[in-house]
Amino acid sequence: MQGSAIETSQTTLDMQHGHGHAGGHHEAHPDHRIFGIVLFLIAESMIFLGLFAAYLTFRAVSPEWPPEGTPEMELLLPGINTIILISSSFVMNQGNAAIKKNNVGGLRAWFGATALMGVVFLCGQLYEYFHTGFGLTDNIFTSTFYVLTGFHGLHVCFGLMLILAVMWRSLKADRYSSASHFGPEAAELYWHFVDVVWIVLFLILYLL
Amino acid sequence: MTTAGIETTVKPPEPHGESDGNNWRKYFSFSTDHKVIGIQYLVTSFLFYLIGGLLAEGVRVELATPDPDFVDPQLYNGLFTVHATVMIFLWIVPGTAGFANYVIPLAIGAKDMAFPRLNAVGFWLIPPGGILLLSSFFVGAPGAGWTSYPPLSVVGDKAGQLLWILSVLVLGTSSILGAINFLSTILKMRIPDMELNDMPLFCWAMLAASALILVSTPVLAGALILLCFDLMAGTPFFNPMAGGDPVVYQHMFWFYSHPAVYIMILPVFGMISEIIPVHARKPIFGYQAIAYSSLAISFLGLIVWAHHMFTSGTPGWLRMFFMIATMAIAVPTGIKVFSWVATIWGGKLRLNSAMLFAIGFVSMFLVGGLSGVMLASVPFDIHVHDTYFIVAHLHYVLFGGSVFGIYAAVYHWFPKMTGRMMNEFWGKVHFFLTFFGFNLCFLPMHWLGLQGMPRRVAQYNPEFATVNMVCTVGSFILAISTLPFLFNAIWSWIAGPKASANPWRALTLEWQTSSPPPVENFIEEPVLWSGPYEYGIDTLSDRQSVDELLTEVKGEV
Ligand code: HEM
Ligand SMILES: [Cu+2]
Repeated sequence: MQGSAIETSQTTLDMQHGHGHAGGHHEAHPDHRIFGIVLFLIAESMIFLGLFAAYLTFRAVSPEWPPEGTPEMELLLPGINTIILISSSFVMNQGNAAIKKNNVGGLRAWFGATALMGVVFLCGQLYEYFHTGFGLTDNIFTSTFYVLTGFHGLHVCFGLMLILAVMWRSLKADRYSSASHFGPEAAELYWHFVDVVWIVLFLILYLL
Repeated sequence: MTTAGIETTVKPPEPHGESDGNNWRKYFSFSTDHKVIGIQYLVTSFLFYLIGGLLAEGVRVELATPDPDFVDPQLYNGLFTVHATVMIFLWIVPGTAGFANYVIPLAIGAKDMAFPRLNAVGFWLIPPGGILLLSSFFVGAPGAGWTSYPPLSVVGDKAGQLLWILSVLVLGTSSILGAINFLSTILKMRIPDMELNDMPLFCWAMLAASALILVSTPVLAGALILLCFDLMAGTPFFNPMAGGDPVVYQHMFWFYSHPAVYIMILPVFGMISEIIPVHARKPIFGYQAIAYSSLAISFLGLIVWAHHMFTSGTPGWLRMFFMIATMAIAVPTGIKVFSWVATIWGGKLRLNSAMLFAIGFVSMFLVGGLSGVMLASVPFDIHVHDTYFIVAHLHYVLFGGSVFGIYAAVYHWFPKMTGRMMNEFWGKVHFFLTFFGFNLCFLPMHWLGLQGMPRRVAQYNPEFATVNMVCTVGSFILAISTLPFLFNAIWSWIAGPKASANPWRALTLEWQTSSPPPVENFIEEPVLWSGPYEYGIDTLSDRQSVDELLTEVKGEV
């Protein structure tokens, strides 16, 4: 009895999450997952807003910024990194455009390119970490620098995992189609979010 | 009372899981059924409530005498810190989420929450979060209070404080996942006939509370991440000696923790708005006023946090702003209180346990709300900040408010959840013991605070000894008062008289299905026969139609 009950609710669940289902199911089981992702991203952006506010306050109350003895920040590499990350958002968008035309190959290719750009970004970030000339606990600026960029880097990693997961799942025939492409859409939304956070971060951390 | 007639009522449409011998097992499984999850939440959080209560008794026994003789002061700090953290993050927040989980999908005619699996994940984060927190006693419990202000929180035992941070991060995540689910469910899963303005007020309240959770909890997470770095890696974020600023922590903390008080009270406001009209047999007074005042509270709740920081060097003009904004919150709050009183006024009251607790809620919350307005005024707050006056205030709103409301909700929805009625006599014993013990314990604390007894200190001036003894006796009565409830709930669940689908003759949708509801909630599609509160008992001409309505919704006639 109980087993069957669980199965029943499982089936509805699977229908709601129906990747493999034909497009016709969309009306019957309205899909609220994108809405859920948007809510999740609101929560995520509040963490970053909190951290940014903390950074700006530290900055505002410090007599000197960055505190005395902080090495000059190099702008070239993070600048290039920024350009790579921003363009990757457009590249990824092509992937979603492809799947809307039922072009799974296109999805895979564009997403692959995005993932590659993400990896380049992360490598650039790591390279920068090793060449800043300051450590995590040197002063309030260096600490916020590492924690903010590191926390963002974790998000890039997570976004990368989402992209790879979508590519992996797309290997199964008919998983994504013009009618059912929640996975790619969610990954793209997340990636754009990570991208926007970086832009703000770059502005307040490097340029301000 | 009404229990006699219950056997004769509408039979549930179909036998369901209840008779099944292995039924209880589902409560220990990763079930995605919102009703199972709701009960998981409720039972788990109640267990933590008992633990939190024991910790509180430890605090009160220590304070029975002026000298720190029962436990050593360090352990005392651990007791009140973990007590508060348990009560907030493991009892009231998940307890109200439990009711919302159980009731909201039913009340809007949905089969389940919008994201059932996410819902289960949200619940299953709670036991590990709780275990993390409690295990801190083995390594030196955190002693900096539930606020964990640096520098205090980073100079003590590292391990205990780290466990505290991890636990709150886990529980906060659970709360955020829940909020995402409630927002999606309420906004997207209502039966087609139900517009926003036809929703039961509990849904409005959960909407407001979930929005608050969604935007404020992440900021706490941010603060805790920074605190964790200070604690473990020695970063200078909150260390003024190295260029950091401890006040930044306070801002981030209260940006969450003031809204958190509304996260803990708004759902209860919603439950009370359900319970009072049903048992007063009157339409709710000012439906829209109550609904929109919840939204107003959540908006205002986001911009008043620094009233906790009047003594933290906040500049004068900012204090003015936060003082005025804080006092402004009393307006939407007052609107609710007036609406409840006006609903009760002239009603045909059933003074059963649910209603008694609901009325207890309104009166006790009123006391807490009023002391809140006193605290909002800067000069007064500077006088009593960090004294027992604060302890009195927060217990009137959190215990007299949230806990009374949760009890009212238990008595109200227990028949729906278990299919059985609770015993009214023991319910009333529970109420009167709680009400008496509560006031004996916390009312004198106002006076203690005004006289200057500081909070969070194990030792105090002997002139306060008598009053403290009174408080401690009150706390014992409170502890005893849980026993009738506990036995009543357990006994009724097993052997209480069977409940009909709609024992209270209520109009909201959760009462239109059997008690307990079948998997996926409704055998027949629920129909919105009326607005949620159209009892109309006070207008005689409507009498006929109300009885017809109640037959439609399977109410006992
Ligand atoms: C009319 C509404 C309210 C007003 C104006 C108000 C005002 C205040 C103020 C000004 C303080 C800071 C006192 C100090 O530390 O010096 C305070 C503390 C507190 N309030 Fe309220 N409050 C209200 C309602 C509530 C509600 C509804 C709750 C919870 C359900 C609540 C829970 C608390 C708690 C827990 C504290 C103590 C925090 C701590 O320092 O540990 N308050 N309140
Ligand atoms: Cu507050």
